Amino acid sequence: MAGDDERIPVLDVRGVTKTFPGVIANEDVDLVLHEGEIHCLLGENGAGKSTLMNVVFGLYQPDKGSIRVRGEQVQFTGVGDAIDHGIGMVHQHFQLIPVFTVAENVILGNELTNGPFLDINEARRRIIELEDKYGLAVDPDAKVGDLSVGEQQRVEVIKALFREAEILILDEPTAVLTPGEVDEFFGVVRSLVDQGKSIIFITHKLREVLAVADRITVLRNGKVAGTADPSTATQKSLANLMVGREVVFQVAKGDAHPGDPVIKITGLRVEDVRGARTVNGLSVEVRAGEIFGVAGVEGNGQRELVEAVTGMRPKIGGTVEILGQDATKMSPRQITELGTGHIPEDRNKHGVVGAYSIADNLILNRYFKPPFARRWLRNEAAIASEAEELVAQFDVRTPGIHVAVDNLSGGNQQKVIVARELTGDVKALVVAQPTRGLDVGSIEFIHNAIIALRDKGVGVLLVSAELDEILSLSDRIGVLYRGRLVGTFDGADATREELGYLMATGAAPESEEAAS
Amino acid sequence: MSMGTDQRDLEPSGFRLKVQEAFQLQPVLVPLYAILLSFIVGGILIALIGVNPFEAYWALLRGMFGSKDNIAASVARSVPFMGSALALAFAFRAGLFNIGAEGQLLVGGVTAAWVGTWAWMTDTPAIIAIPIILLAGAFGGFMWGWVPGILRAKTGAHEVISTIMLNSIALFLVRWIVNSRDPVILRDLEASVPRTEAISDTAELPTIIDSQPPLHWGLFVMLGVCFLIAFVLKRTTFGFETITVGTNPHAARYAGMSVDRIIILAMAISGACAGIAAASEVSGTNQLFQPGTFALIGFDGIAVALLARANPIGIIPSALLWGSLLSGAPLMQQEADVSIDVVRIIQSMVLLFVAADAIVRYIFRVRGEAEAHIKASTTGWAGQ
Amino acid sequence: MSAQSIDLTAGDLVEARRFGRRQITGMVFGVAGIALIALVAPNITGDTRTFAFEPPPDALDFSFDPPTMVTIIGLIYLLAGGLSFLPQQFDRWAGRGQLLAAAATIPLILVVALGLSATPATNVTNLFDESLVLATPIALGAMTGLWSERSGIINIGIEGTMLGSAGVGFMIFATLGEASSTTWLWIAILVAVLTGGALALLLAVLSIRYQINQIVAGVVINLFALGLTGFLRSEVIVPSGNSKGISTSEFGIPLLEQIPILGDTFFTGKPIHYMMYAVVFLTWLVMFRTAWGLRVRSCGEDPHAAETLGIDVIKTRYRSVVLGGFIAGLAGAWFSMESQSGFEDNMTNAAGFIALAAMIFGKWTPGGAFAGALLFGFARALGSRLQFLEVEISGFGIPSEFFQSLPFAVTLVVVAGALGRSIAPAAEGQPYRPSK
Repeated sequence: MAGDDERIPVLDVRGVTKTFPGVIANEDVDLVLHEGEIHCLLGENGAGKSTLMNVVFGLYQPDKGSIRVRGEQVQFTGVGDAIDHGIGMVHQHFQLIPVFTVAENVILGNELTNGPFLDINEARRRIIELEDKYGLAVDPDAKVGDLSVGEQQRVEVIKALFREAEILILDEPTAVLTPGEVDEFFGVVRSLVDQGKSIIFITHKLREVLAVADRITVLRNGKVAGTADPSTATQKSLANLMVGREVVFQVAKGDAHPGDPVIKITGLRVEDVRGARTVNGLSVEVRAGEIFGVAGVEGNGQRELVEAVTGMRPKIGGTVEILGQDATKMSPRQITELGTGHIPEDRNKHGVVGAYSIADNLILNRYFKPPFARRWLRNEAAIASEAEELVAQFDVRTPGIHVAVDNLSGGNQQKVIVARELTGDVKALVVAQPTRGLDVGSIEFIHNAIIALRDKGVGVLLVSAELDEILSLSDRIGVLYRGRLVGTFDGADATREELGYLMATGAAPESEEAAS
Repeated sequence: MSMGTDQRDLEPSGFRLKVQEAFQLQPVLVPLYAILLSFIVGGILIALIGVNPFEAYWALLRGMFGSKDNIAASVARSVPFMGSALALAFAFRAGLFNIGAEGQLLVGGVTAAWVGTWAWMTDTPAIIAIPIILLAGAFGGFMWGWVPGILRAKTGAHEVISTIMLNSIALFLVRWIVNSRDPVILRDLEASVPRTEAISDTAELPTIIDSQPPLHWGLFVMLGVCFLIAFVLKRTTFGFETITVGTNPHAARYAGMSVDRIIILAMAISGACAGIAAASEVSGTNQLFQPGTFALIGFDGIAVALLARANPIGIIPSALLWGSLLSGAPLMQQEADVSIDVVRIIQSMVLLFVAADAIVRYIFRVRGEAEAHIKASTTGWAGQ
Repeated sequence: MSAQSIDLTAGDLVEARRFGRRQITGMVFGVAGIALIALVAPNITGDTRTFAFEPPPDALDFSFDPPTMVTIIGLIYLLAGGLSFLPQQFDRWAGRGQLLAAAATIPLILVVALGLSATPATNVTNLFDESLVLATPIALGAMTGLWSERSGIINIGIEGTMLGSAGVGFMIFATLGEASSTTWLWIAILVAVLTGGALALLLAVLSIRYQINQIVAGVVINLFALGLTGFLRSEVIVPSGNSKGISTSEFGIPLLEQIPILGDTFFTGKPIHYMMYAVVFLTWLVMFRTAWGLRVRSCGEDPHAAETLGIDVIKTRYRSVVLGGFIAGLAGAWFSMESQSGFEDNMTNAAGFIALAAMIFGKWTPGGAFAGALLFGFARALGSRLQFLEVEISGFGIPSEFFQSLPFAVTLVVVAGALGRSIAPAAEGQPYRPSK
């Protein structure tokens, strides 16, 4: 099918260049999409995939290049134009309004009216029609904020279909789904293609590309690094195209020498911001000198677990012991002072104060202690020399220590956090999604830093949504499902299939009835 | 984006940079142009009513700085604004919007007056009595700022709405304290207008120049408070905590700071700044407390602080500009028959042009990026 | 903004508290209830007191015995307090109980004031009529805030917008209509409405085009209006010699005005007052039942999501803010051309800020904001009323200031209690830059 280039493509992108101040996001990119085809756009974080799609969707205007839809040259000045040409996009970060209902979200911008008033009944009828046609069940009257991530994604798809989109752009659609939900989602994608829709599927997951793609384009540093045919391509060949060099899939690490427990959690129960009990009777022991990986689909209590252990969220029940001390009722400050480091999940929200300099961010959790403070006065000299040292040690790429952290790349921001949390007298480390959205170089650096710390005898609790990260770093792995650990594995023995099944169902294959 | 490296390399470095910085007029240039532009707008209005704007401005200028007494009066008018502006600025740095300076001034002032009329104060030497009355004012303001602080921290009630409510409550409270004849609380029964009895002589701040209003030692008190607050914000760990909470409360909490404690303290200290300014007025200007004298001082303090971009040192020139314009305006009215309200229009224009410096840069072709004014985004009422 | 961040946006700064906001408020009500029953009720006079609903001679009235009434209200407080300590799933009931208790405060103030005063009766109808009238500018101001803030622009310039419109409107009336022609009165009201729109446009340009801090923009409007109107008063209005004149006149709605009691209270009044009801209703209707309202709300919640659906966020915000300005203009006209005829410096006297409080009190809904406006209207009406009722407890005069400040104190308790965090439009206050 890849050879059938005589047909007029439904979408033909030629030579698109898009620059932002100081950055070339896309350079001379070509992309051809044929009717009824799934075209995968593959690339690392920051390779320019989302920028390209935002150009196609009319959110950005390209500096150079042309876009043709069904042979017709188009010039989109806004999203409205793209929608009118039958292009729909499901954004990586859902563009939904949580306080609106599903129906309101779907019709927003394309409202159905009855006289001057909104016609919610007609909207509901049309939505249910679409749901039946493509197998996308979701209650049109539910508040979007109350829906699961998978359901929210369906709402995004319905939004595009409601606008009669013929070309659907799916931006990293599987990042937030369970392995089971991913399969279900692929089913939806196939039924869309069967009904004549054409799809651009953006991802950085090689396995998915090979599973769904009819055609593959790989982006690297904003340029097309190559195209590939899924029937002949392998994960390794695609990875090399994507990164531009040989990729080491396994992190080198020696055997663990576990010691005494440093973090001991017993029967922990925690509620999330909405009062739902997301951690429910979780018990685990993390020993010195080992990395305990918590695998699981996002939203199964990871965030609450991490926040409860680090003192940022009250516990409803159970106990947390850190280094032999009862930390159940301790504040974040007390827990840090015990010798606990915490690399938070949300870098910009919790990890750094973006407007602050690198130096100030590096002492954010110890600004009150000597030598950084003399009683209640700041000691600028000590703060600066600490910063110089850590910037060099952790390879933070910056023109100086007084540069605001906002001006650093994501990888360098994360290095600042890692530098802060890994220095000092750390005996226990809680790590959440440490490499999300980072480039390969930074990922390697951070992985090695965590392993080095474990080799020094620190106990590490690692929470990550990336199964590959869990598998390559962990000495032991627990699967988190609905707020509890439903299985514990030895890091060396665990297989992706076994973990994936447990993550999705909460039970091993033979005892499925016992689940839920 | 780590592109900063490349751009930085292109910039001049070392000695050349230092020389350029020394002659760097830009930070001063924009506010100066903003003031000029505001006077042009005011001038057009004056011309519209058939008065020569230059004559009017000449009278205004002489009213502001024409004589030693006028200069003293201008400075004296500015002093209370320093306190009410600090009340906004300090909380602002903690991410809070304290528009309760009006109430904090009233409560601080009435507390100071109450303490000042204590019988034993007359036998106390000034060196002790003056600090006592100032601290009393600060305490009153502190408490009136503490309430919205604790409500915000513990219940999430937004400080804007609670300080508005507390302004009204404070007004009724002091009105009762000062008006009531039965029972008499602090009212001076001899006086025809509601006001407290005069404070003890020993608690009066010494006058420097007997202008109208008199310039007294309250000036140095408030200058000291401005520098103290600047020092606290810049050099102490508490200041670091305060600004962290104001910039990213989530990161502050993650870093182990007690966000609640900082919010409560920031509001209370803000209130204390207003309270001490009120005490300085009670002690140095009127020697008694009369609610009307504080009208609009809190309201104007908001503008003075925002003009200074919530910078405690910047508040000093900002308050001086504010006070001297208000002080000079009556002469303009007398001589050129131009309503003193022109001054208020000029003030609002100064704030506008300083805030929207893009306009000034466009008109005067000042190079450089428009600055993000303080924090361009404010938290919604829900606060985060 | 994104689905992942949905549960991040809710205020997760809440630290460990065994006592939530709800319980604290519950305690306040509980303690107040006990105090009412145990302390106030036994000490208040047992003589019968009367609420009259019509002026004598044939007064329709409601006579009661103050201790009983106080006890009943005390029980309502206790109930609200008790409900607050029920388990989580009764949250809704606790909220209702607290609102009921808050509402019961109004009769409480009346009963206690009347019970403590020497007068046996007071005319309640007049009091409510006055409350509604005084609520007019507050309700209108709250709608101004609603239109602006629902679209994502914080508006603390309501005060200045109302003041500016009051001044400019009356200036036109005084100079062109000599403050006496009815035609010019209506033209002047229209000018006031347009002035409100113009001042709101200034706010919109500053916050949308120049992206300056929206609170600063509001302060600029307030200051500017204060200066401008003062200037216009002394330079134009006073020299014109028409500082006072006619104002809009009262009229009754045919048929309805003849209903006893209600006719006088609700169906006889002045035009801007009636328009206020229409504005509140239309605000609700347009904002929650039309496509445009849905778009406005989406801009206030997540402008980038709105943008991906082809909505022009900037245009929507401009329109919404300016529409709000027109409403504030009408409120301004109420001050200088309905409630009285003439302009005084700073005559809005913080009504704009109170309107803001009413809007927050009403959780950004037209109905709630209107209820808040009524509460404050009642506070103002009561203030003037209580000066005539001389209230005292065993020889000690309770100052009228105490009663006047009660509504503000109640608001403080309600805001701290029954209202939650994170109910404001999510994107409020953040400058929006369209994608390019």
